[in-house]
Amino acid sequence: MSRRLYVARSRSVAARKLGDEMLIMSGRDSTLFTLDEVATILWEAADGWKPLEEIVEEKICKEFEVERGEALQDAVALVEGLAEHGILLLSSEPLSEPKLQGRIDR
Amino acid sequence: METENTVQELTSLARAEITIEIGGVPVRVHSANDNFLGMLERRYAGFVTLGSNAGFEFDIELAEPGSGDADAELRVTWDSGRWRVERGDFAAEFNPLTRRGKIRQSPNPYSIDAVFRILHTLLLAQDGGFLLHAASAIRNGKAFVFAGVSGAGKTTIASLAPADATLLTDEISYVRKDGDHYAAFGTPFTGELGKPGENVCAPIAGLYLLEKGPLNHIAPVNAAEASRAFLANVLFFAEDQELVRSVFHSACEFVDQVPVYRLTFVPDSRVWEMLT
Repeated sequence: MSRRLYVARSRSVAARKLGDEMLIMSGRDSTLFTLDEVATILWEAADGWKPLEEIVEEKICKEFEVERGEALQDAVALVEGLAEHGILLLSSEPLSEPKLQGRIDR
Repeated sequence: METENTVQELTSLARAEITIEIGGVPVRVHSANDNFLGMLERRYAGFVTLGSNAGFEFDIELAEPGSGDADAELRVTWDSGRWRVERGDFAAEFNPLTRRGKIRQSPNPYSIDAVFRILHTLLLAQDGGFLLHAASAIRNGKAFVFAGVSGAGKTTIASLAPADATLLTDEISYVRKDGDHYAAFGTPFTGELGKPGENVCAPIAGLYLLEKGPLNHIAPVNAAEASRAFLANVLFFAEDQELVRSVFHSACEFVDQVPVYRLTFVPDSRVWEMLT
Protein backbone atom coordinates (compact mmCIF):
# COMPACT_ATOMS: atom_id res chain seq x y z
CA MET A 1 0.00 0.00 0.00
CA SER A 2 1.59 3.26 -1.10
CA ARG A 3 -0.28 5.60 1.25
CA ARG A 4 -1.66 5.37 4.73
CA LEU A 5 -5.35 4.67 5.22
CA TYR A 6 -7.25 5.90 8.25
CA VAL A 7 -10.55 4.38 9.31
CA ALA A 8 -13.24 5.68 11.66
CA ARG A 9 -16.58 4.33 12.77
CA SER A 10 -19.54 6.16 11.27
CA ARG A 11 -21.67 8.04 13.78
CA SER A 12 -24.85 7.21 11.88
CA VAL A 13 -24.87 3.58 12.96
CA ALA A 14 -25.80 1.68 16.08
CA ALA A 15 -23.54 -1.18 17.16
CA ARG A 16 -23.44 -3.78 19.87
CA LYS A 17 -21.09 -6.68 20.55
CA LEU A 18 -22.89 -9.95 21.26
CA GLY A 19 -20.51 -12.81 21.97
CA ASP A 20 -17.76 -12.73 19.36
CA GLU A 21 -19.95 -10.97 16.83
CA MET A 22 -20.63 -7.30 16.32
CA LEU A 23 -24.09 -6.32 15.16
CA ILE A 24 -24.29 -3.00 13.37
CA MET A 25 -27.42 -1.30 12.12
CA SER A 26 -27.23 1.47 9.58
CA GLY A 27 -29.23 4.48 10.71
CA ARG A 28 -29.49 5.48 7.05
CA ASP A 29 -31.52 2.54 5.78
CA SER A 30 -31.90 0.18 8.79
CA THR A 31 -29.72 -2.47 7.13
CA LEU A 32 -28.26 -4.89 9.65
CA PHE A 33 -24.67 -6.09 9.39
CA THR A 34 -22.88 -8.79 11.34
CA LEU A 35 -19.12 -8.61 11.70
CA ASP A 36 -17.08 -11.72 12.42
CA GLU A 37 -14.27 -11.81 14.96
CA VAL A 38 -11.57 -10.26 12.75
CA ALA A 39 -13.87 -7.58 11.34
CA THR A 40 -14.98 -6.78 14.88
CA ILE A 41 -11.36 -6.19 15.91
CA LEU A 42 -10.91 -3.77 13.00
CA TRP A 43 -14.19 -2.03 13.83
CA GLU A 44 -13.29 -1.56 17.46
CA ALA A 45 -9.84 -0.23 16.57
CA ALA A 46 -11.14 2.18 13.92
CA ASP A 47 -10.57 5.37 15.92
CA GLY A 48 -9.78 7.57 12.91
CA TRP A 49 -6.28 8.21 14.20
CA LYS A 50 -4.32 4.99 13.99
CA PRO A 51 -3.46 3.96 10.39
CA LEU A 52 -5.00 0.72 9.17
CA GLU A 53 -1.61 -0.89 8.60
CA GLU A 54 -0.69 -0.34 12.27
CA ILE A 55 -4.04 -1.75 13.41
CA VAL A 56 -3.49 -4.83 11.25
CA GLU A 57 0.05 -5.30 12.50
CA GLU A 58 -0.81 -4.84 16.18
CA LYS A 59 -4.24 -6.44 16.38
CA ILE A 60 -4.47 -8.98 13.55
CA CYS A 61 -1.00 -10.30 12.69
CA LYS A 62 0.00 -10.91 16.31
CA GLU A 63 -3.32 -12.41 17.33
CA PHE A 64 -3.86 -14.68 14.33
CA GLU A 65 -0.28 -15.27 13.14
CA VAL A 66 -0.94 -14.19 9.58
CA GLU A 67 1.45 -12.66 7.12
CA ARG A 68 1.33 -8.85 7.16
CA GLY A 69 0.86 -8.24 3.42
CA GLU A 70 -1.96 -10.73 3.09
CA ALA A 71 -3.69 -9.51 6.26
CA LEU A 72 -3.48 -5.89 5.13
CA GLN A 73 -4.88 -6.74 1.70
CA ASP A 74 -7.86 -8.50 3.31
CA ALA A 75 -8.35 -5.64 5.77
CA VAL A 76 -8.39 -3.03 3.01
CA ALA A 77 -10.99 -5.01 1.08
CA LEU A 78 -13.07 -5.33 4.24
CA VAL A 79 -12.99 -1.67 5.27
CA GLU A 80 -13.69 -0.55 1.70
CA GLY A 81 -16.75 -2.81 1.67
CA LEU A 82 -17.96 -1.43 4.98
CA ALA A 83 -17.31 2.12 3.80
CA GLU A 84 -19.52 1.52 0.76
CA HIS A 85 -22.35 0.78 3.17
CA GLY A 86 -21.62 3.88 5.24
CA ILE A 87 -20.50 1.83 8.23
CA LEU A 88 -16.91 3.08 8.23
CA LEU A 89 -15.30 6.29 7.06
CA LEU A 90 -12.00 6.11 5.12
CA SER A 91 -9.43 8.82 4.55
CA SER A 92 -5.81 9.29 3.66
CA GLU A 93 -5.63 11.82 6.53
CA PRO A 94 -6.37 11.22 10.23
CA LEU A 95 -10.08 11.53 10.97
CA SER A 96 -9.77 12.35 14.66
CA GLU A 97 -7.42 13.60 17.33
CA PRO A 98 -5.31 11.04 19.19
CA LYS A 99 -6.55 9.94 22.60
CA LEU A 100 -4.79 11.90 25.28
CA GLN A 101 -3.32 9.53 27.78
CA GLY A 102 -2.09 10.47 31.19
CA ARG A 103 -3.42 13.99 30.83
CA ILE A 104 -3.84 15.91 34.05
CA ASP A 105 -6.91 18.08 34.16
CA ARG A 106 -6.38 21.31 36.03
CA MET B 1 -62.67 35.83 23.05
CA GLU B 2 -65.01 34.20 25.51
CA THR B 3 -67.69 33.72 22.84
CA GLU B 4 -65.14 32.18 20.49
CA ASN B 5 -64.00 29.68 23.13
CA THR B 6 -67.58 28.71 23.89
CA VAL B 7 -68.28 28.12 20.21
CA GLN B 8 -65.18 25.93 19.94
CA GLU B 9 -66.18 23.91 22.98
CA LEU B 10 -69.71 23.39 21.65
CA THR B 11 -68.33 22.31 18.27
CA SER B 12 -66.05 19.86 20.00
CA LEU B 13 -68.88 18.44 22.08
CA ALA B 14 -71.15 18.04 19.06
CA ARG B 15 -68.52 16.09 17.13
CA ALA B 16 -68.89 12.32 17.36
CA GLU B 17 -65.95 10.33 18.65
CA ILE B 18 -64.72 6.90 19.59
CA THR B 19 -61.76 5.92 21.79
CA ILE B 20 -59.71 2.86 20.86
CA GLU B 21 -57.23 1.64 23.44
CA ILE B 22 -54.42 -0.64 22.28
CA GLY B 23 -51.48 -1.46 24.53
CA GLY B 24 -52.94 0.73 27.24
CA VAL B 25 -52.80 3.84 25.03
CA PRO B 26 -56.25 5.35 24.40
CA VAL B 27 -56.52 7.03 21.00
CA ARG B 28 -59.61 9.15 20.45
CA VAL B 29 -60.90 9.55 16.90
CA HIS B 30 -63.26 12.37 15.95
CA SER B 31 -65.38 12.23 12.84
CA ALA B 32 -68.57 13.83 11.63
CA ASN B 33 -69.50 10.58 9.90
CA ASP B 34 -71.45 8.25 12.22
CA ASN B 35 -71.31 5.36 9.77
CA PHE B 36 -67.53 5.51 9.74
CA LEU B 37 -67.36 5.58 13.53
CA GLY B 38 -69.80 2.66 13.65
CA MET B 39 -67.52 0.69 11.34
CA LEU B 40 -64.54 1.43 13.64
CA GLU B 41 -66.59 0.41 16.67
CA ARG B 42 -67.30 -2.99 15.11
CA ARG B 43 -63.77 -3.51 13.83
CA TYR B 44 -62.11 -2.59 17.13
CA ALA B 45 -64.74 -4.18 19.38
CA GLY B 46 -63.00 -5.19 22.59
CA PHE B 47 -60.60 -2.28 22.29
CA VAL B 48 -63.19 0.52 22.45
CA THR B 49 -63.17 2.28 25.80
CA LEU B 50 -65.49 4.76 27.43
CA GLY B 51 -62.88 6.48 29.60
CA SER B 52 -62.48 10.24 29.39
CA ASN B 53 -58.70 10.18 29.03
CA ALA B 54 -57.08 10.11 25.62
CA GLY B 55 -53.36 9.59 24.99
CA PHE B 56 -53.81 10.84 21.43
CA GLU B 57 -56.60 12.51 19.49
CA PHE B 58 -57.18 12.46 15.74
CA ASP B 59 -59.62 14.38 13.58
CA ILE B 60 -60.69 12.35 10.57
CA GLU B 61 -61.45 14.03 7.27
CA LEU B 62 -63.12 11.58 4.92
CA ALA B 63 -62.40 11.61 1.20
CA GLU B 64 -64.44 9.98 -1.56
CA PRO B 65 -64.79 6.19 -1.16
CA GLY B 66 -62.15 4.24 -3.06
CA SER B 67 -59.83 7.18 -3.52
CA GLY B 68 -56.08 6.52 -3.34
CA ASP B 69 -53.84 3.52 -3.81
CA ALA B 70 -53.23 1.39 -0.69
CA ASP B 71 -50.32 -0.36 -2.46
CA ALA B 72 -48.40 2.88 -2.93
CA GLU B 73 -45.17 3.42 -1.00
CA LEU B 74 -45.53 4.33 2.66
CA ARG B 75 -43.52 7.29 3.92
CA VAL B 76 -43.08 8.22 7.56
CA THR B 77 -41.12 11.41 8.05
CA TRP B 78 -40.44 13.92 10.80
CA ASP B 79 -41.11 17.48 9.71
CA SER B 80 -41.32 20.66 11.80
CA GLY B 81 -42.24 18.95 15.04
CA ARG B 82 -44.76 16.57 13.49
CA TRP B 83 -44.76 13.05 12.17
CA ARG B 84 -46.14 12.89 8.64
CA VAL B 85 -47.43 9.55 7.42
CA GLU B 86 -48.42 9.19 3.79
CA ARG B 87 -49.53 6.37 1.58
CA GLY B 88 -51.64 6.45 -1.58
CA ASP B 89 -54.88 5.92 0.36
CA PHE B 90 -54.29 8.29 3.29
CA ALA B 91 -52.30 11.20 4.65
CA ALA B 92 -51.89 11.74 8.36
CA GLU B 93 -49.87 13.97 10.63
CA PHE B 94 -49.56 14.25 14.37
CA ASN B 95 -47.69 16.25 16.93
CA PRO B 96 -46.21 14.10 19.69
CA LEU B 97 -46.12 17.06 22.10
CA THR B 98 -49.73 18.18 21.79
CA ARG B 99 -50.75 14.56 21.13
CA ARG B 100 -53.12 15.67 18.42
CA GLY B 101 -53.27 14.90 14.74
CA LYS B 102 -55.44 14.53 11.70
CA ILE B 103 -56.04 11.85 9.12
CA ARG B 104 -57.44 12.26 5.62
CA GLN B 105 -58.64 8.99 4.15
CA SER B 106 -61.58 7.36 2.43
CA PRO B 107 -64.19 5.65 4.66
CA ASN B 108 -62.44 2.29 4.95
CA PRO B 109 -60.99 0.54 8.03
CA TYR B 110 -57.61 -0.31 6.51
CA SER B 111 -56.12 3.17 6.24
CA ILE B 112 -56.71 4.05 9.88
CA ASP B 113 -55.46 0.60 10.84
CA ALA B 114 -52.15 1.48 9.16
CA VAL B 115 -52.05 4.83 10.98
CA PHE B 116 -52.66 3.10 14.31
CA ARG B 117 -49.83 0.63 13.68
CA ILE B 118 -47.41 3.40 12.77
CA LEU B 119 -48.47 5.61 15.68
CA HIS B 120 -47.90 2.75 18.10
CA THR B 121 -44.51 1.82 16.63
CA LEU B 122 -43.37 5.40 17.14
CA LEU B 123 -44.75 5.63 20.67
CA LEU B 124 -43.30 2.26 21.64
CA ALA B 125 -39.90 3.07 20.13
CA GLN B 126 -39.52 5.94 22.62
CA ASP B 127 -40.11 3.58 25.54
CA GLY B 128 -38.13 0.51 24.48
CA GLY B 129 -41.13 -1.37 23.09
CA PHE B 130 -42.11 -2.80 19.71
CA LEU B 131 -44.78 -4.00 17.36
CA LEU B 132 -43.56 -7.37 16.18
CA HIS B 133 -44.50 -9.73 13.35
CA ALA B 134 -45.51 -12.36 15.84
CA ALA B 135 -48.42 -14.28 17.24
CA SER B 136 -48.84 -14.23 21.01
CA ALA B 137 -51.01 -15.82 23.63
CA ILE B 138 -51.30 -15.95 27.41
CA ARG B 139 -51.32 -19.22 29.31
CA ASN B 140 -50.97 -19.69 33.07
CA GLY B 141 -50.41 -15.97 33.50
CA LYS B 142 -47.45 -15.85 31.09
CA ALA B 143 -47.28 -14.52 27.53
CA PHE B 144 -45.67 -16.60 24.80
CA VAL B 145 -44.57 -14.75 21.67
CA PHE B 146 -44.08 -16.57 18.36
CA ALA B 147 -42.18 -14.58 15.73
CA GLY B 148 -41.84 -15.36 12.08
CA VAL B 149 -42.38 -14.13 8.57
CA SER B 150 -45.46 -15.04 6.54
CA GLY B 151 -45.76 -18.81 6.30
CA ALA B 152 -43.58 -19.49 9.36
CA GLY B 153 -46.60 -20.71 11.34
CA LYS B 154 -47.90 -17.74 13.37
CA THR B 155 -51.53 -18.40 12.54
CA THR B 156 -51.01 -22.18 12.82
CA ILE B 157 -49.57 -22.04 16.34
CA ALA B 158 -52.26 -19.54 17.40
CA SER B 159 -55.00 -21.84 16.12
CA LEU B 160 -53.44 -24.81 17.95
CA ALA B 161 -53.52 -23.02 21.32
CA PRO B 162 -55.39 -24.99 24.01
CA ALA B 163 -58.72 -23.82 25.37
CA ASP B 164 -57.16 -22.32 28.49
CA ALA B 165 -54.92 -20.01 26.44
CA THR B 166 -55.94 -16.43 25.65
CA LEU B 167 -55.10 -15.23 22.15
CA LEU B 168 -53.40 -11.83 22.00
CA THR B 169 -52.90 -11.82 18.24
CA ASP B 170 -52.03 -14.15 15.37
CA GLU B 171 -50.21 -11.43 13.44
CA ILE B 172 -48.86 -8.33 15.22
CA SER B 173 -47.70 -8.55 18.82
CA TYR B 174 -47.53 -5.53 21.07
CA VAL B 175 -44.45 -5.65 23.30
CA ARG B 176 -43.86 -3.03 25.96
CA LYS B 177 -41.23 -2.60 28.60
CA ASP B 178 -42.97 -2.65 31.95
CA GLY B 179 -40.57 -1.87 34.79
CA ASP B 180 -37.96 -4.61 34.91
CA HIS B 181 -39.73 -6.96 32.51
CA TYR B 182 -41.46 -7.02 29.13
CA ALA B 183 -45.20 -7.50 28.68
CA ALA B 184 -47.25 -8.53 25.66
CA PHE B 185 -50.62 -6.87 25.03
CA GLY B 186 -53.51 -8.02 22.89
CA THR B 187 -54.06 -6.26 19.57
CA PRO B 188 -56.93 -6.02 17.11
CA PHE B 189 -54.47 -6.56 14.24
CA THR B 190 -55.42 -9.89 12.74
CA GLY B 191 -53.73 -12.28 10.35
CA GLU B 192 -55.19 -15.23 8.50
CA LEU B 193 -57.12 -16.28 11.59
CA GLY B 194 -59.28 -13.17 11.20
CA LYS B 195 -59.86 -13.07 14.93
CA PRO B 196 -58.81 -10.08 17.03
CA GLY B 197 -56.90 -10.69 20.23
CA GLU B 198 -58.20 -10.16 23.73
CA ASN B 199 -57.45 -6.76 25.24
CA VAL B 200 -55.33 -8.11 28.10
CA CYS B 201 -51.62 -8.36 28.89
CA ALA B 202 -49.08 -10.53 30.72
CA PRO B 203 -45.32 -10.70 31.31
CA ILE B 204 -43.46 -12.37 28.45
CA ALA B 205 -42.09 -15.82 29.32
CA GLY B 206 -40.21 -16.31 26.06
CA LEU B 207 -39.83 -15.42 22.42
CA TYR B 208 -40.03 -18.38 20.03
CA LEU B 209 -38.66 -18.12 16.50
CA LEU B 210 -40.98 -20.30 14.46
CA GLU B 211 -39.96 -22.93 11.99
CA LYS B 212 -42.14 -25.75 10.68
CA GLY B 213 -40.38 -29.10 10.75
CA PRO B 214 -40.74 -32.86 11.07
CA LEU B 215 -40.78 -32.87 14.89
CA ASN B 216 -41.38 -30.65 17.88
CA HIS B 217 -38.12 -29.22 19.14
CA ILE B 218 -37.07 -26.22 21.22
CA ALA B 219 -33.49 -24.96 21.21
CA PRO B 220 -32.03 -21.85 22.84
CA VAL B 221 -30.66 -19.22 20.50
CA ASN B 222 -27.50 -17.19 21.11
CA ALA B 223 -27.75 -13.45 21.60
CA ALA B 224 -26.47 -12.44 18.16
CA GLU B 225 -28.80 -14.77 16.29
CA ALA B 226 -31.69 -13.79 18.54
CA SER B 227 -31.08 -10.09 17.90
CA ARG B 228 -30.90 -10.61 14.15
CA ALA B 229 -34.12 -12.62 14.11
CA PHE B 230 -35.85 -10.20 16.45
CA LEU B 231 -34.89 -7.13 14.41
CA ALA B 232 -36.03 -8.86 11.22
CA ASN B 233 -39.51 -9.08 12.74
CA VAL B 234 -39.81 -5.60 14.24
CA LEU B 235 -42.27 -3.30 12.48
CA PHE B 236 -40.59 0.00 11.92
CA PHE B 237 -41.42 2.59 9.31
CA ALA B 238 -39.79 5.90 10.19
CA GLU B 239 -36.90 7.29 8.20
CA ASP B 240 -35.17 8.64 11.29
CA GLN B 241 -31.61 7.78 12.35
CA GLU B 242 -32.12 8.45 16.04
CA LEU B 243 -35.15 6.19 16.23
CA VAL B 244 -33.40 3.46 14.23
CA ARG B 245 -30.56 3.51 16.74
CA SER B 246 -33.00 3.50 19.63
CA VAL B 247 -34.92 0.50 18.24
CA PHE B 248 -31.67 -1.37 17.64
CA HIS B 249 -30.47 -0.95 21.22
CA SER B 250 -33.95 -1.76 22.58
CA ALA B 251 -33.97 -4.99 20.57
CA CYS B 252 -30.58 -5.98 22.00
CA GLU B 253 -31.88 -5.25 25.51
CA PHE B 254 -34.98 -7.33 24.87
CA VAL B 255 -33.03 -10.44 23.82
CA ASP B 256 -30.72 -9.88 26.76
CA GLN B 257 -33.66 -10.09 29.18
CA VAL B 258 -36.13 -12.43 27.52
CA PRO B 259 -35.25 -16.05 26.72
CA VAL B 260 -35.25 -16.64 22.97
CA TYR B 261 -35.69 -20.09 21.44
CA ARG B 262 -35.99 -21.60 18.01
CA LEU B 263 -39.21 -23.59 17.97
CA THR B 264 -39.51 -26.23 15.29
CA PHE B 265 -42.97 -27.76 15.30
CA VAL B 266 -45.32 -30.09 13.50
CA PRO B 267 -48.81 -28.67 13.17
CA ASP B 268 -50.59 -30.38 16.04
CA SER B 269 -51.53 -29.22 19.53
CA ARG B 270 -48.79 -31.22 21.33
CA VAL B 271 -46.38 -28.38 20.66
CA TRP B 272 -48.13 -26.35 23.37
CA GLU B 273 -47.24 -29.00 25.96
CA MET B 274 -43.59 -28.06 25.47
CA LEU B 275 -44.14 -24.43 26.39
CA THR B 276 -43.71 -23.62 30.07
